[in-house]
Amino acid sequence: MMKSRSRWVYMLLMLLIGAFHILPFYLLFTTSFKPIDDLSSKWVLPETWNPDNFKNAWEQANMGSAFINNLVITAISLVFVVILGALAGYPLARVQTRLNKWVYNLFVSAMVVPPLTILVPLYKLVADLGGMNTYWAVILLHVTFQLPLSIFLFTGFIQTIPRELEEAAMVDGASRLGLFFRIIFPLLKPITATVMILTGIGVWNDYQFSVFFLQSSESQTLTVALSTFFSQYVSNVGWVAAGSLLSALPPIVLFLFLQKYFIRGLASGAVKG
Amino acid sequence: MEVGGVLNREKQTERLAGMVGRNKRLHPSAWLNLLYVPALVLFAVFILYPFFKGIQVSFTNWDGYSQTFSWIGLDNYRRMINDPNIGTVIENTLIYGVCSTVFQNIIGLAYALLLNQSVKGRGIVRTIVYLPVIVSPLIMGYIWYFFFQLQGGALNDVVQLFGNQPVNFLDDPKWNVWIITFVNTYQYVGIAMVIYMAGLQSISKEYYEAAELDGASGRQRFWHITLPLLMPAITVNIVLNLIGGLKLFDVIMALTKGGPGYASQSISTMMFKVYFASQDAGYAAALGNLMFVLISVFSLVALTYLRRREVA
Repeated sequence: MMKSRSRWVYMLLMLLIGAFHILPFYLLFTTSFKPIDDLSSKWVLPETWNPDNFKNAWEQANMGSAFINNLVITAISLVFVVILGALAGYPLARVQTRLNKWVYNLFVSAMVVPPLTILVPLYKLVADLGGMNTYWAVILLHVTFQLPLSIFLFTGFIQTIPRELEEAAMVDGASRLGLFFRIIFPLLKPITATVMILTGIGVWNDYQFSVFFLQSSESQTLTVALSTFFSQYVSNVGWVAAGSLLSALPPIVLFLFLQKYFIRGLASGAVKG
Repeated sequence: MEVGGVLNREKQTERLAGMVGRNKRLHPSAWLNLLYVPALVLFAVFILYPFFKGIQVSFTNWDGYSQTFSWIGLDNYRRMINDPNIGTVIENTLIYGVCSTVFQNIIGLAYALLLNQSVKGRGIVRTIVYLPVIVSPLIMGYIWYFFFQLQGGALNDVVQLFGNQPVNFLDDPKWNVWIITFVNTYQYVGIAMVIYMAGLQSISKEYYEAAELDGASGRQRFWHITLPLLMPAITVNIVLNLIGGLKLFDVIMALTKGGPGYASQSISTMMFKVYFASQDAGYAAALGNLMFVLISVFSLVALTYLRRREVA
């Protein structure tokens, strides 16, 4: 008796939580399909589903080139964060000297430093190097600030791989570096997935670096293009909603397909800390 | 060939040393340390160097683009103390940091406990709660802007439905700081929930069975088993959320740009304003350093305090 009643309470609570958390997405969805002369409440579904907002947002906000910028910056950053992170994690996990302990702590403590705190000197540095509005500068910054987490995760993971594996291969005469690429690297797949997901979301969604270092219209990423668009057309809610939905779609779709990896990766990465 | 020979000798020494971790002489595998040099170089160039440069700039009146500047000692910090807005700004930053953390952890734990029950549909609810984590905080801000805005805002439609005048939530200092805290909480409560769910699943069922045999009530079980054994997850969540809230930037820019005036400004958005709108790089650098100290102190204190309470 009691059991089934509490079951209903749970179901009801879950329904409420689900409805509450889907609400902003629902409102975004209805708004993005309404033409500008449709003044009905955002709660109401549009009378006619009008895809023009998406076309207009895409053209007016220059989203085509912003999409390409996002893709290039995210993809190259990912490659470097994974390779440099895995390489750094190997000696930090295997060569346990006082120096390496210190280096490891240095990297890990860098996770706490928000790039914004050193914005002024960073801006000057990038300007002096001629990196304003370039891919390479913003990629280097992304890689630098994503690396600490990547190194932290890779080091932790490599420590769980039994050393016997390498010792056996070493007796067979494999070099230490070859060992890393042939034996360790293939074992890193699960943690590499985690690093790619965390880094990918961080870089794709970035606003803080992009807004400072990618200001020209050709180099803008999605968030910057969207913020410019937003301040220009704030009264034209349908366009802005459509633009927001378009930029958020790729990570959302990826998440819905790879959900298991997203959640598992995040939980394992965080709890180990 | 040469290199191969060196490597072979390396391996022999290593085998002789019996793979001992700590060695008085150079570690036999010390050359492997070369593998972290690229990461270290990036770290030095883009974090360490700017960090010290930032301390230096904060002692100048540099405007952010001129070739010249003069040293003005601690003037920027004196200005900070006397700034009539600094009180509001620090208070806001602490609200964003501390209150978001409190909300995210209480709600995240509640969600985790609820969704840990085997009820149909919990997977979908978990997905929905987690979804905002994937979305850019800037876009999240815009989405909620449509909810809270004055003209045609979804919330104001409800307000008017009950015959009241629409409220300018985002321009009202009574509301907007809390709206920003709410949006930040809403967006990242999913992370807290997932970490707590993992924590809950790692607690062995035997503890609960033993407690039940001893006649412990549900509340007792929560306070004496669940909570103490969740301490590692609590530590991670609190530290993560503190850092995230204290450095909050995108959501504020999307919802209010820190306005009206300084009403919802945090240190991060104030720094942005001082640097780009007022060309006051020296002062902006000083604000950056204040933010760094604030975040380091808060996360270190929280970490040491909470770590001590974890069950070994």
